[in-house]
Amino acid sequence: MSARFVSAKVLGSLATLAFVVCFNFFLFRIVEGDPVANLFRGRNLSQSQRAELTKQFGLDGSTGTQFVRYLQQTASLNLGRSYSNNQPVVDEIRRKAGPTIALVGISTLLSTIFGVLLGIAAAWRRRTKADYSITSFTMATYSMPDFWLGMLLLTGFAVGLGWFPVGGIVDPNSDATGLAKLADQAKHMFLPALTLTLAYLGEYALVMRSSLVETMREDYLVLARAKGLRDILVRNRHAVPNALLPVVTLSAINFGFVLAGAIAVEAIFSWPGLGLATFDALQGPDLPMLQGLFLLFSAAVIAANLVADLLYGYLDPRVRTR
Amino acid sequence: MSAAPDRSGLPLLSVRDLHVTYPSRSGPVPAVRGVDIDLAVGETLGLAGESGCGKSTLAGALLRLLPRGTEVSGQVLFDGEDVLTMRPGRLRAVRWTDMAIVFQGALHTLNPVQRVGRQIGEAIRLHSPRTSGSAVSSRVGELLELVGLPARRARDYPHQLSGGQRQRVLIGLALACEPRLLIADEPTTALDVMVQAQVLRLLEDLQQRFGLAVVFITHDLSTLAAVCRRIAVMYAGLIVEEGPSQAVFEAPAHPYTRALAAAFPVIGDPAFRMNPSGVAGDPPDPRELPSGCPFHPRCPAVVKPCSSIKVQLWPAGPERGAACVHVPGSGVPV
Amino acid sequence: MSSVAVPSARRITWSRRRRAVAQAWAEYRRHAPGMIGLAILAAAVAMALAAPLLADPAGQHAVNTTANPAWANPSKFGPLGTDHLGRSIMTQFIWGARISLLVGLAATVLAMLIGSVVGIAAGFFGGWFEAVLMRLTEWFLVIPFLPLAIVLAAILGPSVENIILVIGITSWPFPARLIRAQVLTLKERLYVDRSRALGASNWHLMTRHVLPNVSGLIIANTTLTVPVAILSETTLSFLGLGDPSRASWGKMLQEGFAAGALTQQAWWYYAPPGVGIMLVVLAFTLCGQALEEVLDPRLRDQRA
Repeated sequence: MSARFVSAKVLGSLATLAFVVCFNFFLFRIVEGDPVANLFRGRNLSQSQRAELTKQFGLDGSTGTQFVRYLQQTASLNLGRSYSNNQPVVDEIRRKAGPTIALVGISTLLSTIFGVLLGIAAAWRRRTKADYSITSFTMATYSMPDFWLGMLLLTGFAVGLGWFPVGGIVDPNSDATGLAKLADQAKHMFLPALTLTLAYLGEYALVMRSSLVETMREDYLVLARAKGLRDILVRNRHAVPNALLPVVTLSAINFGFVLAGAIAVEAIFSWPGLGLATFDALQGPDLPMLQGLFLLFSAAVIAANLVADLLYGYLDPRVRTR
Repeated sequence: MSAAPDRSGLPLLSVRDLHVTYPSRSGPVPAVRGVDIDLAVGETLGLAGESGCGKSTLAGALLRLLPRGTEVSGQVLFDGEDVLTMRPGRLRAVRWTDMAIVFQGALHTLNPVQRVGRQIGEAIRLHSPRTSGSAVSSRVGELLELVGLPARRARDYPHQLSGGQRQRVLIGLALACEPRLLIADEPTTALDVMVQAQVLRLLEDLQQRFGLAVVFITHDLSTLAAVCRRIAVMYAGLIVEEGPSQAVFEAPAHPYTRALAAAFPVIGDPAFRMNPSGVAGDPPDPRELPSGCPFHPRCPAVVKPCSSIKVQLWPAGPERGAACVHVPGSGVPV
Repeated sequence: MSSVAVPSARRITWSRRRRAVAQAWAEYRRHAPGMIGLAILAAAVAMALAAPLLADPAGQHAVNTTANPAWANPSKFGPLGTDHLGRSIMTQFIWGARISLLVGLAATVLAMLIGSVVGIAAGFFGGWFEAVLMRLTEWFLVIPFLPLAIVLAAILGPSVENIILVIGITSWPFPARLIRAQVLTLKERLYVDRSRALGASNWHLMTRHVLPNVSGLIIANTTLTVPVAILSETTLSFLGLGDPSRASWGKMLQEGFAAGALTQQAWWYYAPPGVGIMLVVLAFTLCGQALEEVLDPRLRDQRA
């Protein structure tokens, strides 16, 4: 892959990130109301106290000054303090990032892999019963609100059958460590991960299926068969790699939606990650927290898009050479 | 002109009563309706006809490459073995090592995301699995140079090559496993005039050098006259004339061939490509074939028996046949 | 008395269009999943429109009397039981359909309008204008939808109109990109140049030539965007950003969750809204896929 291609994509991503940082600032400044008054509702503040607090929260000075200060602070990863508990936003995020990365990471991996496999199976057995059942199943899960699926799984398997814990990441009563703790966490993660996986694998399956169906008409497959290649190899070596290309693009687009889905799903399962943090921050609204989370989510999506672009360039030479 | 074929012994390829029917929502569509072909070792046969006459279907049928669900009946005997009844393993072994196809070099005939050399190498590796990597590379280079391309082109992707270069790659690919029979399906149709001539010369060269038997499919009758020893003309799924190419071209026995041959083609002229025969009307829809002789609605020499008689290749001279009632050997009074 | 008049060009075009629509409809009718989707949609829309006839609007407000006990399951209070405030689930379900469908459709229309205008303008005019518009589109695409929607909803305040606005504003980049690509391929066609040679203005070209040819894409895309809009409304309502004074299926889920319907195992509370959403989304998707096949001749041949 040429350096020119890679650097062009990276620069593009950085430019988008810069745009988001600025956009982030102006977006939150439009919120009306005095945050200081909101926070200290019901408490009588004197003028000087209010001025002091305003300064503390960085809300003094003109918009221009605020903007410059904001840029400086963001560059040094100072994202302010949460309105709810006065802790630095960066620390809060750092604490809660782990569970979300684990949850979203595993769900994305599983939904992509299973979605693609299901799509291949459906396309290969096109118009048979297997195809229709796979397609119906994936369309059904795709049509459900992701968190609703979580609700059903929660009531069914956790509350109803008691197979899984009802929420949280660890059993609050146990003090297990090491492997036992990991097992406990895995048990807690099972249902939320299943929810996110099922919710998004449908789209992968459908896209992979239609992409493969279209690829199967291509002439180069006939050539591959003519060379004496077995049908399975024709599919796996020639059809599937070509058909995977739209899926790569899809996964980049989907990443933003998976993050969004994680917000509601974490809320349902009380999973202590960034999604739950967003849900809680909405109740305030805890503006610095929301601002920091917005920035983080955007950066994550930009990064995901960059990875997908580079991966696509690696897989499809038509894009990176002329 | 091609070298004299080895006519001793059995023909290399023997097609008997081949029928190919496609399924469709509105009923079965007959694309090939009873074709016989004989090809000796090293012999070149040209197959001419307009689009839709069934010639490409015929090519696909020879190696059983038609889509699933297509009905194929008859016999395709290669060296005495019937391709149509071969077990899948045997068929895969025969493909490319005995018979190979050169497709039209459109952009998507080759896998767009794989390098050209790798696609040629795949064929080699498939049939000689124990060949070392370096041996495969050098063979690939050899093949590319054989078709007039520098060996370093192996690293290119199909979209980086011109149409003519892609066509050469396809030819080199077809020769990778030293087949005895080459089926060239419209190898020059999409190319510019100058490139057409070059590719044709290349094919002639290779045919002579390796003693290949070639089935050359095209709509351009004049090309066949120069390159092949025998010509068969197809119309509506049937062979309507066949014989030594010079004779067929200069003195056609079937009215359709006459029209094809007399159309004073200007190679590359799009008007000629659209209507090579110069005859009014279009070839018949395979779903609604005319009764009797399929050409009779457009034939300038049509007479009463034409609409009802079942035509076959009647003798029309030494080693010649034509499916027309006007041929003396037809025995039909006109 | 009068001899046969030569029909005007406009008349011919319209009769041709009518025929094309009739043909498309006949083609659509052969599509079983598409017809099922259409049937579901018809039922949903009928239910939503007939809401005042089917259920008492007062039922949306808290009651909790012996006549309407809280948490009653369907066997005690039919047909769908009551919620934690004693309100009939069925009433909320019927009225909730209105908001969910309304927001879904209105937001989609908004998104398609903006997206079409941007897409057609960008594709048609090209140059730096197009570059700027496309950059803008890319930026909006990258910003993750939900955080942006949350922020906008928090800023604008919870109301049905604002939710429509928020979803519309966050969804327009998708169709804009597709439409622009289509317009670019159309521009390649000769007739645009020929019309220009005949003196056609840009406006004429855009409305008479480009628009009819992208309308198929727009229609198919609209049917596929509505489900996304409905799901977005559901999520936003669940997060508490929806209109607190009107019932919607998403709001039912939010209230149920907050009131502990999950631990109470009050399935009659949270199952119906989810099923409703699922059926409507599924219906739109089926119709959208059927439309795509009908309107895109390429796909049609593949079905043979």
